[in-house]
Amino acid sequence: MSIVGKNFTSARFRRNRWLLTGVLALYFVYTFLPIWYVITASTKTNPDLFSSFGLWFAGDFHLWDNLRDLFTIQNGIFRLWLWNTFYYSVVSAVCAALFATFAGYAFAKYDFVGKKFLFALVLGAVMIPQTALVIPTFLLLSKVGLLNTPLSVILPQLVFPPGVFLMRVYVDEAIPSELIDAGRVDGAGELHIFSSLAFRLLMPGFTTVLILAFVASWNNYFLPLVVLNSSEHFPVTVGLAQWYASATQGSGGTLLFTVVMAGALVSILPVILAFLVMQRFWQGGLGAGSVKA
Amino acid sequence: MPETAIAKRPRRRVLVNKTIAPYLFLLPFAVLFVAFLIIPLLYAFDLSLYRSALVGGTRFVWFDNYRRAFTDANFWDGVILLFKFGLLQIPIMLGLALLFALILDSGIVYAKSFFRISFFIPYAVPAVIAALLWGYMYGPAYGPFAQLATAVGWPKPDFFNPTTILPALANIAVWEFMGYNMIIYFAALQAIPTDLEEASMMDGASAFTYAIKVKLPMIVPMIIVTVIFSIIGTLQLFSEPYLIYNLARTVINSHFTPNFYAYTLAFTGQQYNYSAAISFVLGGVVAIVSYAFMLAANRGVNR
Repeated sequence: MSIVGKNFTSARFRRNRWLLTGVLALYFVYTFLPIWYVITASTKTNPDLFSSFGLWFAGDFHLWDNLRDLFTIQNGIFRLWLWNTFYYSVVSAVCAALFATFAGYAFAKYDFVGKKFLFALVLGAVMIPQTALVIPTFLLLSKVGLLNTPLSVILPQLVFPPGVFLMRVYVDEAIPSELIDAGRVDGAGELHIFSSLAFRLLMPGFTTVLILAFVASWNNYFLPLVVLNSSEHFPVTVGLAQWYASATQGSGGTLLFTVVMAGALVSILPVILAFLVMQRFWQGGLGAGSVKA
Repeated sequence: MPETAIAKRPRRRVLVNKTIAPYLFLLPFAVLFVAFLIIPLLYAFDLSLYRSALVGGTRFVWFDNYRRAFTDANFWDGVILLFKFGLLQIPIMLGLALLFALILDSGIVYAKSFFRISFFIPYAVPAVIAALLWGYMYGPAYGPFAQLATAVGWPKPDFFNPTTILPALANIAVWEFMGYNMIIYFAALQAIPTDLEEASMMDGASAFTYAIKVKLPMIVPMIIVTVIFSIIGTLQLFSEPYLIYNLARTVINSHFTPNFYAYTLAFTGQQYNYSAAISFVLGGVVAIVSYAFMLAANRGVNR
């Protein structure tokens, strides 16, 4: 708004404005392309999917039938997958964000033995390749008999090192040390200061970490792929990928591409809607993390 | 308890004092960090020092698995492939993210919030679903690109041959993560105080030179962070090739990326020991590349 403020009405300004808007519009078409494709594809019959043009609807509007198939095929296991994804993500995200907030608060507002070392450890954890963790986790979980249970997906996801990093930065900004000192002078205990003073101020940061942890869990594929083997525990990502593989290989028999498409549509729409509704939170929060980094 | 009660008794003994409070706050995270990060890592390291064979059972072989990994063409081919992939994908993704963030921040376009939000949406789509959707669209029989080419009489585009598979996969990654990086840059740009802006306006700086000369240098630390995260993410590539595997058996093999290789070794070959060693070497590569980039970037910034 402000930086070209001099000649808002000049012809050059208007031309640049249309030009740049056009560039963004072009990228928007690209962004929307796969989403548009899944919308049109899930309204088609299987033969139409192959014979009609991929980016437009076919004559036959088959969406409701595809959705019915999606939710009834294999005894309606897709419903279970959706529920599993939701359940794993909510439990993992709430706990992970809470623990990250506690830890970030400790790193930001206290001095203690080993602080630098521990924080370096948390940062270093970001670099560890997934397989380096998931494969030994799989072996260890099998030793304690937790393999192929919801806990085998949820427990490893409770460790969310980026959340600790973000919360440390956020606590530094949002909570003045004088406030904590004032609480201490008044005789409040450390836990009381946190629960009644600090946490309320940390809500925006907490929400951001919550959303990031939720998305990380919702999108997670590798961990559930490895630690789960019975399909009633699968999240949508693993289940749908399996359907996709059998549909591509043609071994699925009754498994149709259109059902996979409908499944993809159903599994992305809730998250997209949630993002649109909660945009105030994630936008504000991501900004907060970036000020100091 | 009511806060007035605290005010009346300022010298009340508190249960948790300043010395033990940090440990208490750290406890839940630390316990899980040890259980699901430190212990698995140590266990994997221990595993990597053994070799199990059908004949002779499991025996301690010191760093033999690492020696094997260092000369394993399957592993290094994957690493080289990811270097190519990263050199192609990261500059495009972050370049676009930066360009769009600067455009949106400058405020000279219509429908700013609409673009900002819609560009971010792919981040909400799981990588698996993104790969699945693009996989459909790349399809030679029914994909819209093939259909369009046929309609205008061109040869069908082949996304699954040795030269096109990398751009095809890079495209999926750009689609997924451009908006995420753009939002980070945008937030950093918005956080720049406005008085600077006014000062440079008085100098008569034009929009573009202003963005490049004043705003861009101020978010360089943020750019460095996003490059490092992109490097780390790239070297761990797994879901996209794993999903496309069924469509492109001729160009994607089971050791296409190092993570894919480690997965195959562990779960189809039951070679947990060697798989663990591969993962550690990959971790080393990630650390070295990130660190080298950080050093180079710092040198560049301080010059």
